[in-house]
Amino acid sequence: MEMQQFYYDNKIVKKFIYATIVFGVVGMLVGLLLAFLFLFPNLTEGISWLSFGRLRPLHTNAVIFAFVGNAMFAGIYYSLQRLLKARMFSDLLSNINFWGWQLIIVAAAISLPLGYTSSKEYAELEWPIDIAIALIWVVFGINMIGTILKRRERHLYVAIWFYLATFVTVAVLHIFNSLELPVSAMKSYSVYAGVQDALVQWWYGHNAVAFFLTTPFLGLMYYYLPKAANRPVYSYRLSIVHFWSLIFIYIWAGPHHLLYSALPNWAQNLGVVFSIMLIAPSWGGMINGLLTLRGAWDKVRTEPVLKFFVVAITGYGMATFEGPMLSLKNVNAIAHFTDWIVAHVHVGALAWNGFMAFGIIYWLIPRMTKGKLYSTKLANFHFWIGTLGIILYALPMYVAGFLQASMWKQFNPDGTLTYGNFLETVTQIMPMYWMRAIGGTMYLIGMFILVYNIIQTVRANDKVEDEFAEAPELVKINASRLKGEKYHSWLERKPIQLTLLATVAILIGGIIQIVPTIMVKSNIPTIASVKPYTPLELEGRDLYIREGCVGCHSQMIRPFRSEVERYGPQSKAGEYVYDHPFLWGSKRTGPDLQREGGKYNDNWHFNHMWSPQSTSTGSIMPSYKWLFDNEPLDISLTQKKMQAMVTLGVPYSKNEIENGLKDLRTQALKIEENLKTDPDFVKSYDESMKKAAAKGEEFIPMNEREIVALIAYLQRLGTDIKVKDNTKK
Amino acid sequence: MFEQIKHNMETIAGVEIYPIVSLVIFFSFFVGLTIWVSSYRKEKIEELSNIPLKDN
Repeated sequence: MEMQQFYYDNKIVKKFIYATIVFGVVGMLVGLLLAFLFLFPNLTEGISWLSFGRLRPLHTNAVIFAFVGNAMFAGIYYSLQRLLKARMFSDLLSNINFWGWQLIIVAAAISLPLGYTSSKEYAELEWPIDIAIALIWVVFGINMIGTILKRRERHLYVAIWFYLATFVTVAVLHIFNSLELPVSAMKSYSVYAGVQDALVQWWYGHNAVAFFLTTPFLGLMYYYLPKAANRPVYSYRLSIVHFWSLIFIYIWAGPHHLLYSALPNWAQNLGVVFSIMLIAPSWGGMINGLLTLRGAWDKVRTEPVLKFFVVAITGYGMATFEGPMLSLKNVNAIAHFTDWIVAHVHVGALAWNGFMAFGIIYWLIPRMTKGKLYSTKLANFHFWIGTLGIILYALPMYVAGFLQASMWKQFNPDGTLTYGNFLETVTQIMPMYWMRAIGGTMYLIGMFILVYNIIQTVRANDKVEDEFAEAPELVKINASRLKGEKYHSWLERKPIQLTLLATVAILIGGIIQIVPTIMVKSNIPTIASVKPYTPLELEGRDLYIREGCVGCHSQMIRPFRSEVERYGPQSKAGEYVYDHPFLWGSKRTGPDLQREGGKYNDNWHFNHMWSPQSTSTGSIMPSYKWLFDNEPLDISLTQKKMQAMVTLGVPYSKNEIENGLKDLRTQALKIEENLKTDPDFVKSYDESMKKAAAKGEEFIPMNEREIVALIAYLQRLGTDIKVKDNTKK
Repeated sequence: MFEQIKHNMETIAGVEIYPIVSLVIFFSFFVGLTIWVSSYRKEKIEELSNIPLKDN
């Protein structure tokens, strides 16, 4: 057989590794800043683009798509070429993949702090960036499948199956979740509303964790762990079972994010059952990983790469045990909306994804620079400070979550809430927030040590060059030899068929869940008193979205006595039919806002948004002073927005749209009038008017400023139901 | 609220068949998977699991 000579593309791997490191530092720094904003809420006071609500999606996006995403690409581009004995299909596509992805990250890093957000969790980026993501993702897929087609290794190793499933599923998820109707270049509305939007969003949210953070890294585990331990995977059979059952079951479990919500009960239970089943394939994979090290545990003592992998896989095992447990309704009743969930996701992100990425970087860089790691001692130190950081991060958050949930649910003998003031339950967990910040700092220090160690390694060793390799060409198998061949070998030779089968596996669960979701719309009992938002409220809602209020406030009162007592009547599916997108939220750093309307007067909201601590002593909410700036609310799109809502099925009449701006002004003037009942407001309002006159600035009356729109929205929340509980049967 | 959600399923036409179809899909999926995996030859498994180690 003739040997063919070729070069593995190492330079693209190097680029992705450097991007991983850079964005790892950035993502973690933003995370740390957020942790400190819990302790010093006004740390970035007055700077809108450094406010908590806007930085929170930046942190999650940076860590998931920039840090973990680049690590995934680096790991795949290196291992795929070697497992297939072929250079990547196209250098051009590799580079488009790399630079396109970095551009998307930069676009995210600019647009999110500026408040351009769809508010969909883990998919906050606005529609033009969504399109760019889809295009670059397809480039990645073409490049990968192209490489598979020109491979010199007949069989597709199991890691590649995971890569293929990742590509297919993320594409499907991203497209369906991002369906939105653009109103302007950087503003769009989700085509789904309320309960339906919640289902689609969490079908995506859950499976983004599955197919962006889990399956690609399991593929990487099946390659890098055997490499680092220099022994084959414990059971290849188990890895096959692991692959098919994981992708088959995972896709069904999304609704476990919506337990006790206004989502129909059958959908909730479906999510629970599949979540419990998920333990089996998840732990199958974890055990397969750990047992690969059987007889090689002595190496774990000396090899930092293996140490990172062991903690990563253990973290994976912990998080995937905890996930199904959190899906049990009784556990979820406690954990949901609390810091317990924050602990859960950080065990996954810091241990599983972070430590897998670190292990791979420490393994790849010396190999590609043909030398040794600059300092094993530093790598070991990174390992220990990182591990301690994870523990110090997670444990206090578990305590905080449990403690706060217990306080929320505590009743006095006379039937009143023991901690009726939400703030009491916040001040109680401040020490835990401190410990979390310290844990996060330790983890970040470990990251800086990695940066130093890698820079020194690269400086001391050779430049990264493409690597020479040779392998015989793959010849067509003689037809007579194929007789009596078993299905597996057939399937493993046929990447396209394998990809199609994997697609079918994920679509079964997807379709069974999505079809009823589409039907759900006609199954949501309409409530006659629920009306569309007024133009001013619609603008206020967009401000609520822009400022990321949903990051800390839920709009979903669960059917518990403690919540009904605290917030008001439980949420009903019919209340959200005009909510494009839904804003149920997933975390209660502050109280639920579903029935906020009418709870306080306009002045309270005005003062609270200016300085939350002035109305609520000890509050950790930041101030929103820029909403009061001497600038008018942008109403140039108001009517267009209403028109877009009509397209999506919101029943605004022609008349209402034509008079949109007039109605908006009337409502705003009414709020300004209400504000003027407070003598303090009148005094400071007059002063600021004089100040503007002295400076020669044009003075924008209060009713034209953003804060008034936000107050209008907050005062509307939940009031439709308060009027009359009028259910159409 | 419970009366609102309880009857959601019943209004979907032909919903009775859903659980049965699901069970059949699941059962056959895992039975098929088990048969497939257990019918591998040992040498083949060995060969496959060594793919990552022979690329040096």
